[in-house]
Amino acid sequence: MKSAKSETLKGWALALPLLVVLLGFLLLPIVMITIVSFWQATEFSIIPAFSLENYEFLFGSSVTYKVFWATFRYALITWALTLLIGFTVAYYLAFHIRSSNVQTILFLVCTIPFLTSNIIRMISWIPFLGRNGIANQTLIGMGVINEPLEWLLYSDFSVILAFVHLYTLFMIVPIFNTMMRIDRSLIEAARDNGASGRQILTNVILPLSKPGIMIGTIFVLTLVMGDFITVRVMSGSQAANVGRLISNDISLLQYPSASATSVVLLVTVLLIIGTLMRFVNIRKEL
Amino acid sequence: MEPRPRSFYWLTAFFILFVIFLYGPTITIGILSFQGPQGGLTFPMNGVSTYWFHNLFEQQAVGDIWGAFRRSFALGLMVMVATVVISVMAGLAFRKKFAGSGVLFYLTIASLVIPSILVSLGVGLIFNQVGAKVYWATSGFGAQLTWTLPFGLLIMFAVFNRFDKRFEEAARDQGATAWQTIRHVVLPIIAPSVIGVALFGFSLSYDEFARTLLTAGSHNTLPLEIFGMTTNVTKPVIYALGTLTTVFSLVMILVFLGTLWILGKRRARRAS
Repeated sequence: MKSAKSETLKGWALALPLLVVLLGFLLLPIVMITIVSFWQATEFSIIPAFSLENYEFLFGSSVTYKVFWATFRYALITWALTLLIGFTVAYYLAFHIRSSNVQTILFLVCTIPFLTSNIIRMISWIPFLGRNGIANQTLIGMGVINEPLEWLLYSDFSVILAFVHLYTLFMIVPIFNTMMRIDRSLIEAARDNGASGRQILTNVILPLSKPGIMIGTIFVLTLVMGDFITVRVMSGSQAANVGRLISNDISLLQYPSASATSVVLLVTVLLIIGTLMRFVNIRKEL
Repeated sequence: MEPRPRSFYWLTAFFILFVIFLYGPTITIGILSFQGPQGGLTFPMNGVSTYWFHNLFEQQAVGDIWGAFRRSFALGLMVMVATVVISVMAGLAFRKKFAGSGVLFYLTIASLVIPSILVSLGVGLIFNQVGAKVYWATSGFGAQLTWTLPFGLLIMFAVFNRFDKRFEEAARDQGATAWQTIRHVVLPIIAPSVIGVALFGFSLSYDEFARTLLTAGSHNTLPLEIFGMTTNVTKPVIYALGTLTTVFSLVMILVFLGTLWILGKRRARRAS
């Protein structure tokens, strides 16, 4: 039997490159942000200091609460929609497609857009949603509306549409993965005992899919809460969320203030993830 | 075969709508990028031409598209290689139940869920403070790895959770050393997944935006260049660029899938 000590040594040796990257480009930067969040800034430079000024300003401003609320709202609405769509698609792929080849192909169809440019995928909504876009042209042509709808593009609607478009995949993949691991004999047993399709769905499949739903939820919530670019592009710079607050400060070279907002965002996200992680063991679910 | 329940047809319709939702916009800008020179951002088509593609390459106003593409491509390859090597090594490491592996695992998950702009800001600040210049191949490279490595590692976990350890035991029983076992038994078995990791590494890097924003320096990558153009979308030239870069991404995906297919065929032939 090999000793536990030598296994640990070998393990760390193999994991060393990963550790180095994560320390240097993840942990250290977070420490740096935390330190800088206590610094002061003038118009031209940042000054090392220990001051609570940035946090006082942040928590004293009503804008902060508004923007955090807007961020939560985006996250919750996007979460609900991606879960609904993602669960339905995953359920269809896992339980209604009988050939495993077709299953693989349809799964790839769902995942390929993830490997193309997000920004281009956002922009590609413009011809649909614009004032003279396809949606308005079609609706006017059908006589549903007389005037073009103004709220289709550069609005909360288009922001959430883009989020759903970009991130539903992050629900589909983990939920599909969990569903594929559900023992099919459980479903047969339920059917033999007289359960209807709907009962099987709500009493067998849904509870057993929970780990996948949790992982998808973690993905979608963190992606939406940390976003700054979708909101900017799709709202035409009219809507705000926490990410945009940070990126605006950065573009004004107000790094200490950007850092303080970042720290608050990070703590918020980690609290949410920490709570969700209690319900799922990610390592086991892969 | 038993007949399909009625729900099957509803779900099929739903799935088709979802696929249209997923691909419709991209296909639309693909068509619109062939607008005539007088054409606008939406239908109707004002003639059909490749004017906007030419436009992309001739005028300087759009910026250094080719330079940005070359940098993004090079960076994608660098990130791909690093992601494959580091993920496979870490994947092998995590098979041993080594002390402290839990902490490293959660650090990797943290790397995935942390808002990207924080990585960008933090790395930028560090380079700033030590007086180093941010550059796409150094700070940009490292920042992108924090995004690609978690995906690589998660794939490796998925692979090793399903790995049949008897293959290794058999090799060891035949007297193979630890390295020989990895080289001749483990790696060939996980090869298809490693290609998957490579595809993720390249694609995620090639399209990465948020973590590169403050870490690429004055030489932009392609997504940054595209983002610069979005602030002022008035002409179909951006559709042309979007079409080109999407086609490039799709070609890369096909290359990887093709490699997988050939690998599978060869393996099947060898087995028979």
